[in-house]
Amino acid sequence: MQAFDYVRAQSTEQAVALLAEAGDQARVLAGGTDLLAQMKEGRRKVALVVDIKFIPELNELCYDPAEGLWLGAAVPCYRIYGNPSVVHAYPGLVDAAALIGGVQVQGRASLGGNLCNASPAADSIPALIVHSALARIAGPAGRRDVAVEAFCTGPGRTVLGPGELLVALHLPPPKPGFGAAYLRFIPRNEMDIAVTGAGASVQLDGRGETIVAARVALGAVAPTPLYVKEAGAALVGRPVAEAAAAFDAAAEIARGAAQPIGDMRGTVAQRKHLSAVLTRRALHRALERGQTTLGGAEK
Amino acid sequence: MTSRKNETIVQTRINGEAVEFRCEPRQTLLEVLRDTLGLTGVKEGCSNGNCGACNVIMDGVLVNSCLVLAVEAEGRAITTVEGLAGPGGLHPLQQSFLEHAALQCGICTPGFLVAAKALLDRNPHPTEHEVRYWLAGNLCRCTGYDKIVRAVLDAAEKMAA
Repeated sequence: MQAFDYVRAQSTEQAVALLAEAGDQARVLAGGTDLLAQMKEGRRKVALVVDIKFIPELNELCYDPAEGLWLGAAVPCYRIYGNPSVVHAYPGLVDAAALIGGVQVQGRASLGGNLCNASPAADSIPALIVHSALARIAGPAGRRDVAVEAFCTGPGRTVLGPGELLVALHLPPPKPGFGAAYLRFIPRNEMDIAVTGAGASVQLDGRGETIVAARVALGAVAPTPLYVKEAGAALVGRPVAEAAAAFDAAAEIARGAAQPIGDMRGTVAQRKHLSAVLTRRALHRALERGQTTLGGAEK
Repeated sequence: MTSRKNETIVQTRINGEAVEFRCEPRQTLLEVLRDTLGLTGVKEGCSNGNCGACNVIMDGVLVNSCLVLAVEAEGRAITTVEGLAGPGGLHPLQQSFLEHAALQCGICTPGFLVAAKALLDRNPHPTEHEVRYWLAGNLCRCTGYDKIVRAVLDAAEKMAA
Protein backbone atom coordinates (compact mmCIF):
# COMPACT_ATOMS: atom_id res chain seq x y z
CA MET A 1 0.00 0.00 0.00
CA GLN A 2 0.99 3.63 -0.51
CA ALA A 3 2.39 5.47 2.52
CA PHE A 4 -0.04 7.48 4.64
CA ASP A 5 -0.43 8.99 8.09
CA TYR A 6 -2.73 7.30 10.61
CA VAL A 7 -4.58 8.98 13.44
CA ARG A 8 -6.72 7.23 16.04
CA ALA A 9 -9.23 10.03 16.65
CA GLN A 10 -10.43 10.50 20.22
CA SER A 11 -13.47 12.67 19.55
CA THR A 12 -15.87 13.55 16.76
CA GLU A 13 -14.63 17.13 16.85
CA GLN A 14 -11.03 16.00 16.38
CA ALA A 15 -12.02 13.75 13.47
CA VAL A 16 -13.97 16.54 11.78
CA ALA A 17 -11.05 18.96 12.17
CA LEU A 18 -8.63 16.43 10.69
CA LEU A 19 -10.95 15.65 7.78
CA ALA A 20 -11.58 19.32 7.08
CA GLU A 21 -7.88 20.09 7.05
CA ALA A 22 -6.81 17.17 4.86
CA GLY A 23 -9.68 17.50 2.36
CA ASP A 24 -10.11 14.75 -0.20
CA GLN A 25 -6.74 13.23 0.69
CA ALA A 26 -8.22 11.94 3.94
CA ARG A 27 -10.25 8.79 4.38
CA VAL A 28 -12.23 7.55 7.35
CA LEU A 29 -11.39 4.09 8.70
CA ALA A 30 -14.01 2.09 10.56
CA GLY A 31 -13.79 -1.66 9.89
CA GLY A 32 -11.61 -1.17 6.82
CA THR A 33 -13.21 -3.97 4.82
CA ASP A 34 -13.86 -1.64 1.88
CA LEU A 35 -11.20 1.01 2.50
CA LEU A 36 -8.19 -1.29 2.80
CA ALA A 37 -9.24 -3.33 -0.23
CA GLN A 38 -9.61 -0.10 -2.24
CA MET A 39 -6.27 1.31 -1.07
CA LYS A 40 -4.49 -1.95 -1.94
CA GLU A 41 -5.91 -1.73 -5.45
CA GLY A 42 -4.66 1.85 -5.68
CA ARG A 43 -8.19 3.05 -6.35
CA ARG A 44 -7.89 5.81 -3.80
CA LYS A 45 -5.05 8.25 -3.21
CA VAL A 46 -4.90 8.63 0.53
CA ALA A 47 -2.55 10.80 2.59
CA LEU A 48 -4.33 10.48 5.93
CA VAL A 49 -6.38 7.69 7.48
CA VAL A 50 -8.57 8.78 10.39
CA ASP A 51 -9.56 5.80 12.55
CA ILE A 52 -12.93 6.66 14.06
CA LYS A 53 -13.82 3.47 15.89
CA PHE A 54 -12.27 4.56 19.18
CA ILE A 55 -14.55 7.60 19.39
CA PRO A 56 -17.11 6.59 22.02
CA GLU A 57 -20.26 7.88 20.29
CA LEU A 58 -19.27 6.23 17.01
CA ASN A 59 -18.92 2.87 18.70
CA GLU A 60 -22.11 3.03 20.73
CA LEU A 61 -25.09 0.76 20.20
CA CYS A 62 -27.96 2.03 22.30
CA TYR A 63 -31.53 0.74 22.10
CA ASP A 64 -34.42 2.14 24.07
CA PRO A 65 -38.02 1.02 23.37
CA ALA A 66 -39.16 4.64 23.54
CA GLU A 67 -36.24 6.35 21.81
CA GLY A 68 -35.36 3.78 19.19
CA LEU A 69 -31.90 2.65 18.15
CA TRP A 70 -28.79 4.78 18.02
CA LEU A 71 -26.20 2.89 16.06
CA GLY A 72 -22.74 4.46 16.03
CA ALA A 73 -21.29 4.63 12.54
CA ALA A 74 -18.40 2.31 13.42
CA VAL A 75 -20.37 -0.44 15.23
CA PRO A 76 -19.53 -3.73 13.51
CA CYS A 77 -22.22 -6.04 12.17
CA TYR A 78 -21.69 -8.79 14.73
CA ARG A 79 -22.72 -6.49 17.56
CA ILE A 80 -26.00 -5.78 15.78
CA TYR A 81 -27.12 -9.38 15.36
CA GLY A 82 -25.56 -10.26 18.71
CA ASN A 83 -27.95 -7.95 20.56
CA PRO A 84 -31.26 -9.71 21.37
CA SER A 85 -33.24 -6.44 21.72
CA VAL A 86 -32.08 -5.26 18.31
CA VAL A 87 -32.80 -8.66 16.75
CA HIS A 88 -36.34 -8.42 18.05
CA ALA A 89 -37.01 -4.79 17.17
CA TYR A 90 -35.21 -4.41 13.82
CA PRO A 91 -35.46 -7.72 11.95
CA GLY A 92 -34.83 -6.21 8.51
CA LEU A 93 -31.63 -4.60 9.70
CA VAL A 94 -30.51 -7.87 11.25
CA ASP A 95 -31.21 -9.77 8.01
CA ALA A 96 -28.75 -7.46 6.24
CA ALA A 97 -26.09 -7.29 8.97
CA ALA A 98 -25.96 -11.10 9.12
CA LEU A 99 -25.32 -11.62 5.40
CA ILE A 100 -22.70 -8.99 4.58
CA GLY A 101 -19.53 -10.96 3.79
CA GLY A 102 -18.55 -13.82 6.08
CA VAL A 103 -18.10 -13.73 9.83
CA GLN A 104 -14.59 -12.34 9.42
CA VAL A 105 -16.01 -9.33 7.60
CA GLN A 106 -18.95 -9.00 10.01
CA GLY A 107 -16.44 -8.78 12.86
CA ARG A 108 -15.15 -5.50 11.44
CA ALA A 109 -17.55 -4.05 8.87
CA SER A 110 -20.00 -1.38 10.03
CA LEU A 111 -23.31 -0.26 8.59
CA GLY A 112 -22.00 3.30 8.70
CA GLY A 113 -19.17 2.19 6.45
CA ASN A 114 -21.55 0.31 4.19
CA LEU A 115 -23.60 3.50 3.82
CA CYS A 116 -20.62 5.82 3.24
CA ASN A 117 -19.08 3.43 0.70
CA ALA A 118 -22.33 4.01 -1.22
CA SER A 119 -22.27 0.89 -3.35
CA PRO A 120 -25.48 0.53 -5.38
CA ALA A 121 -25.48 -3.09 -4.18
CA ALA A 122 -24.91 -2.37 -0.48
CA ASP A 123 -27.03 -4.82 1.50
CA SER A 124 -27.68 -2.71 4.56
CA ILE A 125 -28.95 0.42 2.82
CA PRO A 126 -32.34 -0.93 1.62
CA ALA A 127 -32.77 -2.39 5.11
CA LEU A 128 -32.01 0.96 6.74
CA ILE A 129 -34.42 2.70 4.39
CA VAL A 130 -37.34 0.41 5.23
CA HIS A 131 -36.61 0.98 8.92
CA SER A 132 -36.89 4.76 8.25
CA ALA A 133 -33.32 5.36 9.39
CA LEU A 134 -31.77 8.81 9.67
CA ALA A 135 -28.07 9.51 9.22
CA ARG A 136 -26.62 11.96 11.72
CA ILE A 137 -23.71 13.88 10.25
CA ALA A 138 -21.14 16.05 12.04
CA GLY A 139 -19.17 18.67 10.17
CA PRO A 140 -17.35 21.97 10.53
CA ALA A 141 -20.72 23.80 10.56
CA GLY A 142 -22.32 21.56 13.18
CA ARG A 143 -24.63 18.57 12.97
CA ARG A 144 -27.41 17.68 10.57
CA ASP A 145 -29.67 14.71 9.88
CA VAL A 146 -30.33 13.21 6.45
CA ALA A 147 -32.80 10.43 5.66
CA VAL A 148 -30.86 7.35 4.55
CA GLU A 149 -32.77 7.22 1.24
CA ALA A 150 -31.30 10.66 0.42
CA PHE A 151 -27.75 9.90 1.59
CA CYS A 152 -26.26 8.28 -1.52
CA THR A 153 -26.03 10.44 -4.63
CA GLY A 154 -24.28 8.05 -7.02
CA PRO A 155 -21.99 5.03 -7.01
CA GLY A 156 -19.45 5.77 -4.26
CA ARG A 157 -20.91 9.27 -3.79
CA THR A 158 -22.80 10.67 -0.82
CA VAL A 159 -24.14 13.93 0.58
CA LEU A 160 -21.13 14.21 2.90
CA GLY A 161 -19.38 17.52 2.29
CA PRO A 162 -15.78 18.53 3.07
CA GLY A 163 -14.91 17.70 6.66
CA GLU A 164 -18.19 15.91 7.28
CA LEU A 165 -18.37 12.61 9.12
CA LEU A 166 -21.23 10.14 9.60
CA VAL A 167 -21.63 9.87 13.39
CA ALA A 168 -24.56 7.51 13.85
CA LEU A 169 -27.70 6.04 12.40
CA HIS A 170 -31.00 6.49 14.19
CA LEU A 171 -33.87 4.06 13.71
CA PRO A 172 -37.25 4.96 15.22
CA PRO A 173 -38.72 2.54 17.76
CA PRO A 174 -41.00 -0.07 16.21
CA LYS A 175 -44.65 -0.02 17.20
CA PRO A 176 -46.69 -3.19 17.72
CA GLY A 177 -47.63 -4.51 14.30
CA PHE A 178 -44.36 -3.50 12.65
CA GLY A 179 -42.32 -6.02 10.69
CA ALA A 180 -39.44 -5.74 8.23
CA ALA A 181 -37.24 -7.98 6.11
CA TYR A 182 -34.35 -7.83 3.68
CA LEU A 183 -33.72 -10.45 1.01
CA ARG A 184 -30.88 -10.75 -1.46
CA PHE A 185 -30.39 -12.90 -4.53
CA ILE A 186 -26.89 -14.26 -5.12
CA PRO A 187 -25.87 -17.37 -7.08
CA ARG A 188 -24.55 -19.11 -3.95
CA ASN A 189 -25.50 -19.24 -0.28
CA GLU A 190 -23.00 -16.79 1.22
CA MET A 191 -20.15 -14.41 0.50
CA ASP A 192 -21.30 -12.65 -2.66
CA ILE A 193 -22.49 -9.28 -3.92
CA ALA A 194 -26.20 -8.83 -4.51
CA VAL A 195 -27.52 -9.40 -8.01
CA THR A 196 -30.58 -7.68 -6.60
CA GLY A 197 -31.73 -7.00 -3.03
CA ALA A 198 -35.06 -5.90 -1.62
CA GLY A 199 -36.12 -4.57 1.75
CA ALA A 200 -39.69 -4.17 2.92
CA SER A 201 -41.47 -3.06 6.04
CA VAL A 202 -45.12 -3.16 7.01
CA GLN A 203 -46.96 -1.40 9.82
CA LEU A 204 -50.28 -2.97 10.79
CA ASP A 205 -53.01 -1.38 12.85
CA GLY A 206 -53.48 -2.54 16.45
CA ARG A 207 -55.94 -5.24 15.40
CA GLY A 208 -53.64 -6.60 12.73
CA GLU A 209 -56.35 -6.12 10.12
CA THR A 210 -55.12 -3.24 7.99
CA ILE A 211 -51.80 -2.05 6.60
CA VAL A 212 -51.33 1.53 7.77
CA ALA A 213 -47.84 2.13 6.37
CA ALA A 214 -45.28 0.28 4.28
CA ARG A 215 -41.88 0.91 2.74
CA VAL A 216 -39.99 -0.84 -0.06
CA ALA A 217 -36.36 -0.31 -1.11
CA LEU A 218 -34.22 -2.06 -3.74
CA GLY A 219 -30.49 -2.66 -4.10
CA ALA A 220 -28.32 -3.16 -7.21
CA VAL A 221 -30.95 -1.92 -9.66
CA ALA A 222 -30.01 1.78 -9.90
CA PRO A 223 -26.96 4.04 -9.39
CA THR A 224 -27.92 4.23 -5.71
CA PRO A 225 -30.02 2.06 -3.40
CA LEU A 226 -33.56 2.87 -4.45
CA TYR A 227 -36.45 3.87 -2.18
CA VAL A 228 -39.63 2.87 -4.02
CA LYS A 229 -42.05 5.15 -2.24
CA GLU A 230 -44.97 4.35 -4.58
CA ALA A 231 -44.79 0.63 -3.76
CA GLY A 232 -45.26 1.32 -0.07
CA ALA A 233 -47.91 4.00 -0.66
CA ALA A 234 -49.98 1.54 -2.70
CA LEU A 235 -50.31 -0.68 0.37
CA VAL A 236 -51.65 1.94 2.77
CA GLY A 237 -55.19 1.14 3.87
CA ARG A 238 -55.21 -2.31 2.31
CA PRO A 239 -56.74 -5.08 4.44
CA VAL A 240 -54.40 -7.82 5.55
CA ALA A 241 -56.94 -10.33 4.26
CA GLU A 242 -56.08 -9.12 0.73
CA ALA A 243 -52.36 -8.78 1.35
CA ALA A 244 -51.35 -11.30 -1.31
CA ALA A 245 -52.97 -9.34 -4.12
CA ALA A 246 -51.74 -6.04 -2.70
CA PHE A 247 -48.19 -7.34 -2.45
CA ASP A 248 -48.34 -8.59 -6.04
CA ALA A 249 -49.28 -5.08 -7.13
CA ALA A 250 -46.51 -3.50 -5.02
CA ALA A 251 -44.04 -5.96 -6.52
CA GLU A 252 -45.04 -4.81 -10.01
CA ILE A 253 -44.44 -1.20 -8.96
CA ALA A 254 -40.98 -2.21 -7.74
CA ARG A 255 -40.29 -3.96 -11.06
CA GLY A 256 -41.24 -0.77 -12.88
CA ALA A 257 -39.07 1.42 -10.62
CA ALA A 258 -35.95 -0.70 -11.09
CA GLN A 259 -33.52 0.77 -13.61
CA PRO A 260 -30.75 -1.82 -13.58
CA ILE A 261 -27.73 -2.24 -15.77
CA GLY A 262 -26.70 -5.61 -17.13
CA ASP A 263 -23.28 -6.83 -16.04
CA MET A 264 -21.43 -10.02 -15.10
CA ARG A 265 -23.76 -10.55 -12.12
CA GLY A 266 -27.06 -10.32 -13.93
CA THR A 267 -28.97 -9.05 -16.94
CA VAL A 268 -31.43 -6.17 -16.96
CA ALA A 269 -34.35 -8.55 -17.38
CA GLN A 270 -33.19 -10.79 -14.53
CA ARG A 271 -32.76 -7.86 -12.17
CA LYS A 272 -36.18 -6.44 -12.98
CA HIS A 273 -37.72 -9.86 -12.44
CA LEU A 274 -35.84 -10.24 -9.15
CA SER A 275 -37.01 -6.79 -8.05
CA ALA A 276 -40.60 -8.01 -8.20
CA VAL A 277 -39.98 -11.47 -6.72
CA LEU A 278 -37.85 -10.25 -3.82
CA THR A 279 -40.17 -7.34 -3.05
CA ARG A 280 -43.15 -9.70 -2.84
CA ARG A 281 -41.30 -12.18 -0.64
CA ALA A 282 -39.85 -9.46 1.61
CA LEU A 283 -43.33 -7.97 2.07
CA HIS A 284 -44.75 -11.36 3.04
CA ARG A 285 -41.95 -11.93 5.51
CA ALA A 286 -42.35 -8.41 6.94
CA LEU A 287 -46.08 -9.03 7.35
CA GLU A 288 -45.52 -12.32 9.17
CA ARG A 289 -43.06 -10.65 11.50
CA GLY A 290 -45.43 -7.76 12.12
CA GLN A 291 -48.21 -10.18 12.98
CA THR A 292 -46.07 -11.97 15.56
CA THR A 293 -45.64 -8.68 17.46
CA LEU A 294 -49.42 -8.55 17.88
CA GLY A 295 -49.70 -12.07 19.26
CA GLY A 296 -51.23 -11.05 22.59
CA ALA A 297 -53.31 -8.08 21.39
CA GLU A 298 -57.02 -7.92 22.10
CA LYS A 299 -59.48 -8.54 19.30
CA MET B 1 -2.33 7.85 18.86
CA THR B 2 -0.89 9.39 15.71
CA SER B 3 1.41 7.57 13.35
CA ARG B 4 3.21 9.45 10.62
CA LYS B 5 4.32 7.72 7.47
CA ASN B 6 7.51 6.59 9.12
CA GLU B 7 7.72 3.80 11.62
CA THR B 8 5.82 3.67 14.84
CA ILE B 9 5.86 1.34 17.83
CA VAL B 10 2.82 -0.82 18.55
CA GLN B 11 2.25 -2.63 21.82
CA THR B 12 0.01 -5.63 21.73
CA ARG B 13 -0.52 -9.15 23.08
CA ILE B 14 -0.05 -12.08 20.74
CA ASN B 15 -0.89 -15.63 21.80
CA GLY B 16 -0.88 -14.51 25.44
CA GLU B 17 2.47 -12.73 25.43
CA ALA B 18 3.17 -9.01 25.44
CA VAL B 19 4.68 -8.11 22.07
CA GLU B 20 6.06 -4.81 20.84
CA PHE B 21 6.80 -4.24 17.18
CA ARG B 22 7.70 -1.44 14.80
CA CYS B 23 5.65 -0.87 11.68
CA GLU B 24 4.54 1.72 9.17
CA PRO B 25 0.85 2.73 9.03
CA ARG B 26 0.61 1.26 5.53
CA GLN B 27 1.54 -2.23 6.72
CA THR B 28 -1.23 -4.72 7.36
CA LEU B 29 -1.37 -6.86 10.47
CA LEU B 30 -0.83 -9.85 8.18
CA GLU B 31 2.46 -8.41 6.87
CA VAL B 32 3.76 -7.69 10.36
CA LEU B 33 2.74 -11.05 11.80
CA ARG B 34 4.52 -12.92 9.01
CA ASP B 35 7.45 -10.74 8.01
CA THR B 36 8.34 -8.90 11.23
CA LEU B 37 7.30 -11.40 13.89
CA GLY B 38 7.90 -14.63 11.98
CA LEU B 39 4.42 -16.03 12.65
CA THR B 40 4.27 -17.68 9.25
CA GLY B 41 1.37 -19.92 10.23
CA VAL B 42 -0.76 -16.95 9.24
CA LYS B 43 -1.14 -17.32 5.48
CA GLU B 44 -1.60 -14.79 2.73
CA GLY B 45 -4.20 -15.91 0.20
CA CYS B 46 -6.24 -13.33 -1.67
CA SER B 47 -5.22 -10.34 0.46
CA ASN B 48 -8.62 -8.73 -0.06
CA GLY B 49 -10.86 -10.37 2.50
CA ASN B 50 -12.35 -13.17 0.43
CA CYS B 51 -10.41 -16.31 1.39
CA GLY B 52 -9.87 -16.32 5.17
CA ALA B 53 -6.34 -17.80 5.01
CA CYS B 54 -5.05 -14.91 7.15
CA ASN B 55 -7.68 -15.27 9.90
CA VAL B 56 -6.70 -14.29 13.42
CA ILE B 57 -8.79 -13.60 16.51
CA MET B 58 -8.55 -10.01 17.74
CA ASP B 59 -10.09 -9.26 21.14
CA GLY B 60 -12.25 -12.35 20.76
CA VAL B 61 -13.47 -11.46 17.25
CA LEU B 62 -12.52 -13.34 14.09
CA VAL B 63 -10.96 -10.99 11.51
CA ASN B 64 -9.06 -11.08 8.23
CA SER B 65 -5.59 -9.81 9.19
CA CYS B 66 -5.07 -8.66 5.58
CA LEU B 67 -7.80 -6.06 6.18
CA VAL B 68 -6.45 -4.81 9.52
CA LEU B 69 -3.71 -2.20 9.73
CA ALA B 70 -0.89 -3.25 12.03
CA VAL B 71 -1.22 0.05 13.91
CA GLU B 72 -4.81 -0.91 14.73
CA ALA B 73 -3.43 -3.75 16.88
CA GLU B 74 -2.27 -1.24 19.50
CA GLY B 75 -3.63 -2.40 22.86
CA ARG B 76 -5.43 -5.42 21.36
CA ALA B 77 -5.03 -9.15 22.07
CA ILE B 78 -4.42 -11.38 19.05
CA THR B 79 -4.53 -15.14 18.64
CA THR B 80 -2.91 -16.80 15.63
CA VAL B 81 -2.78 -20.48 14.72
CA GLU B 82 0.51 -20.65 16.62
CA GLY B 83 -1.49 -19.99 19.79
CA LEU B 84 -3.81 -22.97 19.41
CA ALA B 85 -1.65 -25.87 20.56
CA GLY B 86 -1.03 -26.05 24.30
CA PRO B 87 1.94 -27.47 26.22
CA GLY B 88 0.22 -30.86 26.16
CA GLY B 89 0.12 -31.02 22.36
CA LEU B 90 -2.18 -30.15 19.52
CA HIS B 91 -5.49 -28.40 19.99
CA PRO B 92 -8.41 -30.83 19.58
CA LEU B 93 -9.30 -29.06 16.33
CA GLN B 94 -5.79 -29.63 14.97
CA GLN B 95 -5.91 -33.29 16.02
CA SER B 96 -9.30 -33.68 14.42
CA PHE B 97 -8.12 -32.11 11.14
CA LEU B 98 -5.32 -34.71 11.05
CA GLU B 99 -7.61 -37.63 11.84
CA HIS B 100 -10.20 -36.59 9.26
CA ALA B 101 -7.62 -35.73 6.59
CA ALA B 102 -9.25 -32.30 6.48
CA LEU B 103 -6.32 -30.79 4.61
CA GLN B 104 -4.35 -31.42 1.49
CA CYS B 105 -2.03 -28.59 0.45
CA GLY B 106 -2.48 -26.89 3.83
CA ILE B 107 -2.49 -23.23 2.82
CA CYS B 108 -6.05 -22.64 4.00
CA THR B 109 -5.69 -24.80 7.10
CA PRO B 110 -4.49 -22.22 9.65
CA GLY B 111 -7.35 -19.92 8.66
CA PHE B 112 -9.89 -22.72 8.99
CA LEU B 113 -8.47 -23.73 12.38
CA VAL B 114 -8.58 -20.21 13.76
CA ALA B 115 -12.07 -19.62 12.33
CA ALA B 116 -13.28 -22.94 13.78
CA LYS B 117 -11.80 -22.05 17.16
CA ALA B 118 -13.64 -18.73 17.10
CA LEU B 119 -16.85 -20.63 16.35
CA LEU B 120 -16.42 -23.19 19.14
CA ASP B 121 -15.44 -20.46 21.62
CA ARG B 122 -18.83 -18.86 20.91
CA ASN B 123 -20.92 -21.92 20.16
CA PRO B 124 -19.53 -25.20 21.56
CA HIS B 125 -22.26 -27.31 19.94
CA PRO B 126 -22.77 -26.03 16.40
CA THR B 127 -24.98 -27.81 13.91
CA GLU B 128 -23.55 -28.78 10.53
CA HIS B 129 -25.51 -25.89 9.02
CA GLU B 130 -23.94 -23.45 11.49
CA VAL B 131 -20.46 -24.79 10.79
CA ARG B 132 -20.92 -24.43 7.04
CA TYR B 133 -22.21 -20.85 7.30
CA TRP B 134 -19.53 -19.85 9.80
CA LEU B 135 -16.80 -21.19 7.50
CA ALA B 136 -18.28 -19.58 4.36
CA GLY B 137 -15.56 -16.92 4.50
CA ASN B 138 -12.78 -19.52 4.31
CA LEU B 139 -11.89 -20.94 0.92
CA CYS B 140 -10.31 -24.35 0.34
CA ARG B 141 -9.52 -25.41 -3.21
CA CYS B 142 -8.50 -28.99 -2.34
CA THR B 143 -10.82 -30.77 0.03
CA GLY B 144 -14.34 -29.95 -1.09
CA TYR B 145 -15.02 -28.81 2.51
CA ASP B 146 -16.80 -31.94 3.67
CA LYS B 147 -13.87 -33.34 5.64
CA ILE B 148 -13.27 -29.94 7.21
CA VAL B 149 -16.88 -29.75 8.37
CA ARG B 150 -16.69 -33.33 9.75
CA ALA B 151 -13.45 -32.47 11.56
CA VAL B 152 -14.96 -29.41 13.23
CA LEU B 153 -18.11 -31.26 14.29
CA ASP B 154 -16.04 -34.16 15.65
CA ALA B 155 -13.72 -31.80 17.55
CA ALA B 156 -16.74 -30.07 19.08
CA GLU B 157 -18.07 -33.42 20.25
CA LYS B 158 -14.72 -34.48 21.73
CA MET B 159 -14.17 -31.13 23.43
CA ALA B 160 -17.59 -31.40 25.09
CA ALA B 161 -16.93 -34.95 26.33
